[in-house]
Amino acid sequence: MKYSALKILWEGLTGNKGWAPVWREPDPKPEYDVIIIGGGGHGLATAYYLAKEFGVANVAVLEKGWIGGGNVGRNTTIIRSNYLLEGNQPFYELSLKLWEGLEQDLNYNAMISQRGILNLIHSDAQRDAFARRANGMRLSGADSELLDTAGIRKMCPFLDFENARFPIQGALWQPRGGTVRHDAVAWGYARGADARGVDIIQNCEVTGFQIENGTCTGVETSRGAIRARKVAVCVAGSSGRVMAQAGMRLPIESHVLQAFVSEGLKPVIPGVITFGAGHFYVSQSDKGGLVFGGDIDGYNTYAQRGGLPVVEDVCEGGMAIMPMIGRARLLRMWGGVMDMSMDGSPFIDKTHIDGLYFNGGWCYGGFKATPASGYCYAHLIARDQPHEVATQFRLDRFARGAMIDEKGQGAQPNLH
Amino acid sequence: MIIHHPLLGPRDAAEFVYKGDVTLIDRPDWQAEDAAEAFHDYLYLRDNPAGEHRELWFHEQGDRSWLVVTRNTLTHEITKVELARDVARERGRSR
Amino acid sequence: MTQTNRIGGRLIDRSRSLSFTFNGRAMQGHPGDTLASALLANGQQLVGRSFKYHRPRGIFSAGSEEPNALVQLRRGAAQEPNTRATVAELFDGLEATSQNHRGPLEYDLLAATDLLAPFLGAGFYYKTFMWPKSFWEKLYEPAIRSSAGLGRLSMEPDPDRYDHGYLHCDLLVIGAGPAGLSAAVAGGRAGARVILADEDFRPGGRLNAETLEIDGAPGHDWARTALAELAAMDNVRVLSRTTVYGAYDHGIYGALERMTDHLPASGGKPRQVLWRIYAHRAVLCAGATERGIAFGNNDRPGVMLAGAVRAYVNRWGVAPGKRVAVFTNNDDGWRTATDLRAAGVDVAAVVDSRGDVTMSLDGARVETGGAIVDTAGRKGLNRITLQNGDRIEADCLAVSGGWNPNVHLTCHQRGRPTWRDDIAAFVPGGALPPGMTVAGAAGGALTLAAALREGRETANTALEDLGFTASREPAPKAEDEAAGITPFWHVAASRKRAWVDLQNDVTAKDVKQSHAEGFRSVEHLKRYTTLGMATDQGKTANVLGLAILAQAAGRSIPETGTTIFRPPYTPVPIGAFAGRARGRDFRPYRLTPSHKWATEQGATFVEVGMWLRAQWFARPGETGWRDSVDREVEMTRNSVGICDVTTLGKIDIKGRDAAEFLNRLYVNGFAKLSVGRVRYGLMLREDGIAYDDGTTARLGENHYVMTTTTANAVTVFRNMEFARQCLWPDLDVHLISTTDGWAQFAVAGPNSRNLLRKVVDAAHDISKDAFPFMACAEVTVCGGTPARLFRISFSGELAYEIAVPARYGDAMIRALMAAGEEFGAIPYGTEALGVMRIEKGHAAGNELNGQTSAHHLGMGRMISRKKDCIGNAASERAELSREDGLRLVGLRPVDHGAKLDAGAHFIERGDASPSMASDLGWMSSVAYSPSLGHSIGLGFVRRGDARMGDIIRAYDPVRGKDTEVEIVSAHFIDPEGERLRA
Repeated sequence: MKYSALKILWEGLTGNKGWAPVWREPDPKPEYDVIIIGGGGHGLATAYYLAKEFGVANVAVLEKGWIGGGNVGRNTTIIRSNYLLEGNQPFYELSLKLWEGLEQDLNYNAMISQRGILNLIHSDAQRDAFARRANGMRLSGADSELLDTAGIRKMCPFLDFENARFPIQGALWQPRGGTVRHDAVAWGYARGADARGVDIIQNCEVTGFQIENGTCTGVETSRGAIRARKVAVCVAGSSGRVMAQAGMRLPIESHVLQAFVSEGLKPVIPGVITFGAGHFYVSQSDKGGLVFGGDIDGYNTYAQRGGLPVVEDVCEGGMAIMPMIGRARLLRMWGGVMDMSMDGSPFIDKTHIDGLYFNGGWCYGGFKATPASGYCYAHLIARDQPHEVATQFRLDRFARGAMIDEKGQGAQPNLH
Repeated sequence: MIIHHPLLGPRDAAEFVYKGDVTLIDRPDWQAEDAAEAFHDYLYLRDNPAGEHRELWFHEQGDRSWLVVTRNTLTHEITKVELARDVARERGRSR
Repeated sequence: MTQTNRIGGRLIDRSRSLSFTFNGRAMQGHPGDTLASALLANGQQLVGRSFKYHRPRGIFSAGSEEPNALVQLRRGAAQEPNTRATVAELFDGLEATSQNHRGPLEYDLLAATDLLAPFLGAGFYYKTFMWPKSFWEKLYEPAIRSSAGLGRLSMEPDPDRYDHGYLHCDLLVIGAGPAGLSAAVAGGRAGARVILADEDFRPGGRLNAETLEIDGAPGHDWARTALAELAAMDNVRVLSRTTVYGAYDHGIYGALERMTDHLPASGGKPRQVLWRIYAHRAVLCAGATERGIAFGNNDRPGVMLAGAVRAYVNRWGVAPGKRVAVFTNNDDGWRTATDLRAAGVDVAAVVDSRGDVTMSLDGARVETGGAIVDTAGRKGLNRITLQNGDRIEADCLAVSGGWNPNVHLTCHQRGRPTWRDDIAAFVPGGALPPGMTVAGAAGGALTLAAALREGRETANTALEDLGFTASREPAPKAEDEAAGITPFWHVAASRKRAWVDLQNDVTAKDVKQSHAEGFRSVEHLKRYTTLGMATDQGKTANVLGLAILAQAAGRSIPETGTTIFRPPYTPVPIGAFAGRARGRDFRPYRLTPSHKWATEQGATFVEVGMWLRAQWFARPGETGWRDSVDREVEMTRNSVGICDVTTLGKIDIKGRDAAEFLNRLYVNGFAKLSVGRVRYGLMLREDGIAYDDGTTARLGENHYVMTTTTANAVTVFRNMEFARQCLWPDLDVHLISTTDGWAQFAVAGPNSRNLLRKVVDAAHDISKDAFPFMACAEVTVCGGTPARLFRISFSGELAYEIAVPARYGDAMIRALMAAGEEFGAIPYGTEALGVMRIEKGHAAGNELNGQTSAHHLGMGRMISRKKDCIGNAASERAELSREDGLRLVGLRPVDHGAKLDAGAHFIERGDASPSMASDLGWMSSVAYSPSLGHSIGLGFVRRGDARMGDIIRAYDPVRGKDTEVEIVSAHFIDPEGERLRA
């Protein structure tokens, strides 16, 4: 079913009775070319691109619960390509480019809104680091600007320029950054993949891998065994639990990142703003809620909830830069479990088990990566070669000393 | 969260700094034949269990003890708190 | 307007009147009113517009579950959007305005949206607004954004203060209705430390709203007596106006107490206090929330919850209408009719969806097995239409679809509510927060007698667990009122739109369409239709929506799913979470011991972590910071300058194994450092990346003093404790952080020794031979004050650092400056410090950025291969130590007039299309060198050590610059180090 204004008009005039399911609910077949474990944004995007770009449509996406129920449905919806390192930036720039064409590609409005992302600068050292980053972004073909305080004032006059503990000295500005309606991403990819023949199977939990002579030949699930030529794991947040079934230990810890939304307000925040001297970032949704977050709680957890100290820390950061939000009320807080990797960067790689592929370790950067992660993972699965912008996301990079450590924090996942 | 410090009693977790899995105590022998691999595993690989987890916390805003806390990563229930120095000795660390 | 609908009221003070305005219209109310009760008393039925269709809306509830009556309070910076009129306590002079409309509330221009409703169903926006592509951001989205949203922020800083507080108790009782009061009384009498928190300004819960009796007296009187008893107990604290909004790990509860929201102004007091309550046990007595029934046009102003109608009549003496109809599926709804009748309000009809009802109300029309299919009245209800086609005039319709226990806090950890058929509602289920039990309506005990009994018994069980002896006094007595219910959710016969979520404008049809499109899990339903996502979090809507989804799916409700809730229970101002940490109080300041003196000298300060450090000291006639910095550098290099370096981390290390311990921390050897000597050391992280550098001085046989960088002072100490306690627990080493204990000053320049000779007591020989470069000693200064003297140099000059106990820091800087007067000594700040370190090629924070290895820094050869140390093994990895990797070098502009900038990337001269692949590295630090008369830089260049003299480009497109630079040694000044050994 193609969506269009005309279709909406027709349905509106005929009682909205003609809307069909956005995806089928098939039973699993006994065998597929590719099984993707995990019906989140990345898994669904992988299935979509496998079918659309790489001609592999005999694909099943197995989802333990309901699709889009993991981090794609519980993040702060930011997209950007303002990374520092060569291992990351071209990948995120590809992702941003894919975002820019996604709605027409999917025929689904994910409300991609490129209202810009502003990273505030509060010290000379930060300015130097952001200048380095801004130039690196340019080298990767991305857009970037350095703003002075006058430029920031023009855009965000409500920031605290007069009375701040850490005065605002400038900002890194990426006009193409922005936000996306996160749930719609999962649904749009699911719809596109389904239309191309991919079986999306919900309420199907993988309980084990079939591994014969070092080759993965399928999975055991709560709905029976399913064979596959290739099995691709894509379950960030639960990577440790799932890969343990294949006997693998990972360079990943699970941590919780909290996010917050305020009651609806008339538009006040132009784009995305991040505070450089505390833990706070914010945007405003189309519905008017301030969507904001901060740092991870910092201890290993699989519970999708955090504690009060971080709630307070985040709100302190918010009040520090925009004291006008004091009377806005925080409506809902929730937590998502992150695959925090050892250098803060992700993995898209084959494993030492033939036919078993791994995608994970996205830390809190997974949402913006969704299109490129799907695209590059599909590339790897279909061709057994990494995509050119994802060559460094290897599991063996620590053994080689080739860390992709944006923050320079070392093997301490809770600091990335 | 509240951590029952073996010397100081119940303390808010906000007084502590978290490090990670208790295996970070087991620093490999630099002269072993497989030192490179052992250091890689020590530094980078984690069991990351969903359930009971023994982990290191530092009482930074307190008595500066490193503690080993046994905590469930699904429920956050804490079942045991020990001085890391004692645990280190049990795990064979000395000089 | 007069209070046309005021009919009495037992819990307001009619002897006094309060004036307020709504949309500028003057109205009157009484102490004890909420804004909602006062608006209703004044006959104001229309109070707002709905979120999506801008439909006229009135007051729906009488509590914090309100979906419709969101208003803006106050004005100016204190303007407060989205306040529920049902919980806003009336005060004299209150100004309220309605929100979310364009033009007057009565004639909202955006109401036209409602006409387009057939095209704006669930998820319509996912299917359109895509053509042409560029129109989304330019046209569609701005239009959506400006019509969405609710209230407005003032755009001014919040003028109020918020406090944080911490409370501890044995028993926390959440909610002060009949169950909560019983529980608290039980706890108080048993001698436990009890906190009773209630969101209302008048505790009592439903007792205030009902006509039920306890021990033969009105329930609200019993509540007042119970509260008086609690108030007299030292071990009980009653927090009214306090919402427990969240249940966190290990018995920690978040609560918000509203201190001044009921006053015209906060008067310097904190507006609200955010409490963190540490409770050994908690009893949740949060009551229940009524839900509606979905039928055609059930959203008109005048359609209200039946229990809310009772509350307005009984508690506030307000008749929400002149002629009220009741629509119910349960016995409780009937009490609205009887209470209205008792208050003298005309009851138009009682429509009960159940066929087998034996209840009746004299003289009132009763429709059993009936249903309402439509309502009429543009800005307020005037008529209802029954399924049989009958039309009944009514200006208020009281609806009861049953009661949902307030399970919210039981879901905040792992609890998943379970369905109970007998009450047609979810009750707490799964794993409750440890230490929490539930009593009364919150647990599904929906009658008064049961609530009183459960409150007491649940508290007693918790108390006995804690070792208290429960009180033996008899329980209060009440009747179990009728509470039968037969679930009835949606009048399917109704062809008009039937609202499920009033605030987000989700209709029964939306729920069905969501199901038809495959959004069949509860979470999909919520996300696709936005059901339950509004400011009320679906308190009155979620279960209704789920029931309609279940009907669409042909499954039972428990098969279809459950609804869980996340914190907070009701929205909490961001300002309250932030507390006092805002503005300059966002984080504490750390001040150096010379801060006062530096302020007197007119220093400009800079934030360095938490510290404030003097950045430069401007002198008369200097026109810009560069003038000051150049002078400070020149004066230091030519004579002597003084800089406060207290912020460097200082760690005292003692013990027989201190030397061995240091040897394992630094990459270079420390085992053979002699007493009285200092050594520079480099530390790695265990992953082999360069971490921190500094000096360590050996003051005695078993006594060392380490300095760290300012930035890493805390973490280096933490890591050293880790090494000491966890890696080598039997080494005899003891550590103490003395960063704040010592004031430390760098005294640098050719005259530094001459200056110090005047300060250091004569007994100490600091001559070149007796106290050479890298010497250290404990000395006395100024006639006996203990001090530590180190001959170390960051500036590259003959230099010392002198440390005195922090309390002498102010005296020390004054003494040093006085002693230096004859040499023209000047103070210098962090800028001059930075210039001099770049001139000397020393790495600092910009180079030690956590991404660079010792090899990158050109210090690979420092790593001793003869010993183990932190990071030694991992530093050997190929990518960190490769010969063609990055190397720290100096950079000099080919055109000496050109200014360099940190953050530029390096590319080859002939690179026509620079890309990440052709990137050679980056400029990490730059300075104007007054000594050399041109800009200089430090940076990392691939194979830089092998490319001395090559010319490359410092490429800086973001600042529109592209500068040719020559790769040179990073040691711009005195590469042989003759000055510092002078």
